[in-house]
Amino acid sequence: MHKRIDEPTGTQTVGHEWDGIEELDTPMPRWWLWTLYLTIIFAIGYVIAYPAIPMLNRGSEGMLGWTSRGGLAAETREANARHAAMLRQIADTPIEQLPGKPELMQAAVAGGRAAFRVNCVQCHGAGAAGVPGLYPNLNDDDWLWGGNLREIEQTITHGIRQPGDGQTRTSLMPSFGRDGMLTPGQIQDVVSHVRTLSGKEKASAASARGAAIYADNCAACHGPAGQGGRQFGAPDLTDAIWLYGGSRDAITATLTNAHAGVMPAWANRLDAVTIRMLAAYVHSLGGGEDFTAAPAAPASDAPEAKADVRP
Amino acid sequence: MSTMSTVIEKHKKIERNVTLLALFAFIVVAIGGIVEIAPLFWIDNTIEKVKGMRPYTPLEQAGRDIYVREGCYVCHSQMIRPFRDEVERYGHYSLAAESMYDHPFQWGSKRTGPDLARVGGRYSDEWHVQHLKDPRSVVPESIMPPYAFLAERELDEGDMTARLTALYRVGVPYTRADLEKANDDLKAQADPDADHADLLKRYPKMQARDFDGDPRRLTELDALIAYLQVLGTMVDVNAAAAQEDLAQEKGR
Repeated sequence: MHKRIDEPTGTQTVGHEWDGIEELDTPMPRWWLWTLYLTIIFAIGYVIAYPAIPMLNRGSEGMLGWTSRGGLAAETREANARHAAMLRQIADTPIEQLPGKPELMQAAVAGGRAAFRVNCVQCHGAGAAGVPGLYPNLNDDDWLWGGNLREIEQTITHGIRQPGDGQTRTSLMPSFGRDGMLTPGQIQDVVSHVRTLSGKEKASAASARGAAIYADNCAACHGPAGQGGRQFGAPDLTDAIWLYGGSRDAITATLTNAHAGVMPAWANRLDAVTIRMLAAYVHSLGGGEDFTAAPAAPASDAPEAKADVRP
Repeated sequence: MSTMSTVIEKHKKIERNVTLLALFAFIVVAIGGIVEIAPLFWIDNTIEKVKGMRPYTPLEQAGRDIYVREGCYVCHSQMIRPFRDEVERYGHYSLAAESMYDHPFQWGSKRTGPDLARVGGRYSDEWHVQHLKDPRSVVPESIMPPYAFLAERELDEGDMTARLTALYRVGVPYTRADLEKANDDLKAQADPDADHADLLKRYPKMQARDFDGDPRRLTELDALIAYLQVLGTMVDVNAAAAQEDLAQEKGR
């Protein structure tokens, strides 16, 4: 073992030597050592400033008093405060006047879009296009229960056929086939008639027989001309939009085992402003209807009122 | 310089003796472990004191076993962190107490699918049935594999008493009655016509109904949906008092 100064580099050797090969004892770079010491000093400061050190009963609280949950509460408070004025304005404006205030309406649509992404897309889809046979498309102008802002708000608030909600929208189409109200032959006649309403079939002897059966069994809700009845959520049978399918098989299935789709009531889960903003967003998707000159009483107040036949 | 050199000289002994090196390395790592892990067993603020937590019912536990068996945890975490973006999307952040009866817990930091810590009550049973059978029929952009076979398979979990006893031994506070009646409880929860009074007394807020839309059979889908529908619903974290208390707690 003899350490010596290596001449070309001026660095001390480690001291061992194998077959003439020696090792230089190069010191660590100064910047590296100082970075190491600084991180140690930072760590000491950090565990004093923030909750870190476990004690007998609980961890240390840290000089700054920071908590992740307190931080979240502060951040949420701040975000709410930023939106509070706009939200209060939206809440205080009668929904009929909302479209007349573009700034409010725009904010409501934006807020509704965010809430829709969280609460509604699972059934109605990210683009609100629904799922054929299950959940309605919200982009079109075909509305089962009404498509103006107030009616959409009512639907979201109380849902459709939501058990336990007194104001929910509800109706029940009979299962004409399953319950034996019509024979299979009669059902085929009605299917023929229904399909002529939207021009899917030409009038025939079967559709003529079906028209009579339709007038007795279906017209009360779907209207004598098949234009639907929003009072009962009865779909328009004359257009090309079919939630449960417009083929002969699909209509036969519907007449045999009727559908009764359910939408949850959101009144208990979302606050009133969020529901209003959701209504504004759904209304803005393309098919939203204007208020008529004389606003009809909300369906919930007068479920037995005469059918709200669309113009 | 001379003391420094002697320390380095002594260190060389450790470097040249593998057994000694392993021993000292073990001691150093153990100190780190003890300082970081051991205090969690005695300090009070590891687990919040909350109201409402109860062990899983046998049906929920069976659903949990299926959840683990199918590897749902590979894509879904059950831990909502206290960040505003997570809280606004998934609901109130998770509390440690909410997974205190989970063996093993389902926390995670990797999410391919959404977090499920508060999925309970968020969707209808029908939605879950549809979604598990064919995820893309309700969420077109989903990449989740279909689990339609769960609806076909009878729930065969073996002896639930034995399963619950195993959990009891690791600290889940099942009562004697819970353990004895486990097999009957399993069937009763999925049977809407059964008498649920006793079950509800032992498992508060328990939801009893046919979950998979096929009341004639008790399938794995029943159990899985029963489990999903209870997730995050036991503790009323959204009560105003709970929110304020949690935000003011220090040292967390």
